[in-house]
Amino acid sequence: MSLRALTLVQEKYPDAFVEQYTDRTGGAWGVLKPESLRQVLAHVKDDPQLDFKLFLSIDAVDRLQLPDNDPRFEVVYFLYSVSHREHLRLKVRVSEATPEVPSVTSIFQGANWWERFVWDFYGIRFSGHPDLRRILMYEEFKGHPLRKDYPLRERQPLIPERPIRDIFRGPGTSGTA
Amino acid sequence: MAHADEREIEELPPDEDSELEAHLQTKRMLINLGPSHPAMHGTVRMKVELEGEIIVRADPEIGFLHRGFQKSCENVTWNQCLPYTDRLNYVSAIMNNLGFLNAVEKLVGLEIPERAQYIRVAASELHRMHDHLTCVGAIGLELGGFSAFLYAIEGRELIMDRVSELTGARLTTTFGRVGGLNRDLPEGWVDRVHKTLDKIHELLGEVDGLLTNNRIFVDRMRGTGIITAQDALDFGFTGPCLRANGIKYDVRKASPYWVYDRMDFDVPIGENGDNYDRYLMRMEELKQSEKIVRQALREAPPGPIIVDDWRIALPPKAEVYGTIEGVISHFKLVMEGVPVPPGEVYDCTEAANGELGWYLVSDGSGRPYKVHVRAPGFAILSGVPRMIEGRMLADVIPTFDTINMIGGEVEQ
Repeated sequence: MSLRALTLVQEKYPDAFVEQYTDRTGGAWGVLKPESLRQVLAHVKDDPQLDFKLFLSIDAVDRLQLPDNDPRFEVVYFLYSVSHREHLRLKVRVSEATPEVPSVTSIFQGANWWERFVWDFYGIRFSGHPDLRRILMYEEFKGHPLRKDYPLRERQPLIPERPIRDIFRGPGTSGTA
Repeated sequence: MAHADEREIEELPPDEDSELEAHLQTKRMLINLGPSHPAMHGTVRMKVELEGEIIVRADPEIGFLHRGFQKSCENVTWNQCLPYTDRLNYVSAIMNNLGFLNAVEKLVGLEIPERAQYIRVAASELHRMHDHLTCVGAIGLELGGFSAFLYAIEGRELIMDRVSELTGARLTTTFGRVGGLNRDLPEGWVDRVHKTLDKIHELLGEVDGLLTNNRIFVDRMRGTGIITAQDALDFGFTGPCLRANGIKYDVRKASPYWVYDRMDFDVPIGENGDNYDRYLMRMEELKQSEKIVRQALREAPPGPIIVDDWRIALPPKAEVYGTIEGVISHFKLVMEGVPVPPGEVYDCTEAANGELGWYLVSDGSGRPYKVHVRAPGFAILSGVPRMIEGRMLADVIPTFDTINMIGGEVEQ
């Protein structure tokens, strides 16, 4: 897996990591401090020994209902090195009070839309992002739907919904059940 | 197409040199492409700023097909997520089903029976052909070659018939279960697939003859929608769109899953990263997939198709109706779901458009805690402005065709 790469990064930036671990399926993870995220990503992209040039994705996890939930959010980064055939899995932990991570859009252009996605669905801001708008939901939408405390059946219609009598629509409807 | 909001429309300075030419009042124009337009594949709105026929700025706006895929998955059991994955890439649903299952199995730590692995490979490749045929046919259609479209769709329709015999549905396949497959190949199916592939081979020859060297087609495709290899990596292009740039990355070769390491196939690569190369990638992959399907069906050994573990797979019906253990296992599996121990995993498979990645988090409750899907189309669509800015408006159409954006997976 990507243990080799993580070891190389840690030799270069020993202070950047909060922790490193291997998950049950053998995937190696590096948990970074938010302030060293940009430095590490720029390094793994340009260093020929690492060469993580293929940007895969960003997402977040809301740990609210998990046993160890402080800080509440984890932002995960996936990169791939075509020449070394390995994945790199990185994480940054952010608290509920200051949900903000430095944007990496200036390093990987592909991060642009994924960061907008995480902002849209988790309400985590990316400082330095050129255009941090919602991406899938509409601008008028209130809240961030993938947060665990956002109700499953919450409805926010843009135009008033007509009541439909013969369809059960569950709680939280504006129509009658 | 209609006029969009009138912001940032500035007048151009008159051209001083052309004294004799009549001065035409031109200004930058902001127009909408889509969201409901046949050439916009799915429902995407693109705001483009035009200077004459040249695109100055493009801003895709997505989300019209958002269905809350992740939120829905977090509230059902692992096997109940399967129907939702059908609706991601609805042109090659089996690959989403099986990709998701592969990630779940990795998280559980399951090894699935060999026969199931072979059938998974065959079914996936059949659907890859389905996806590529749709894409190639649509390119022909939108560039004016309607006959090529009909040939491609005829082949696609035959695959759909085989898929509906195998899974019971044409589009929403819901094929496979955690631990293997829910049903074995129907009787006589393998022969029919071989005959179908013969027919598709013939149809592909027609499509190839109509398009590949067609002057009009080549003029519209070659040198349009170019992206450099570095930008392609940066934006996260995978699959045929990345390989058209000459970068040989295919999950099936780089980290083989199931029995892909035993399959004999080549991965085509291009060099220019333009629409024409992306089209050629798909044409060649169609031939390679045909080889894989034939080989997988030929070599599939007899045997069980799902793991023999009643905590993971439903017990045989005779056991459910006849024994108390069977009833209890059935009940627990249906009500509580597959017991996936707490943990996290990132796993990927090669879908028709590139790396389909899954990041799953389980809290051990029987329902996914988090289902992240890395849809290949999302990354590719984010790179589209780079491919069309500074080019002609007409290039949007072939570019949109060859990236083969699927609204369902991009907008989750």
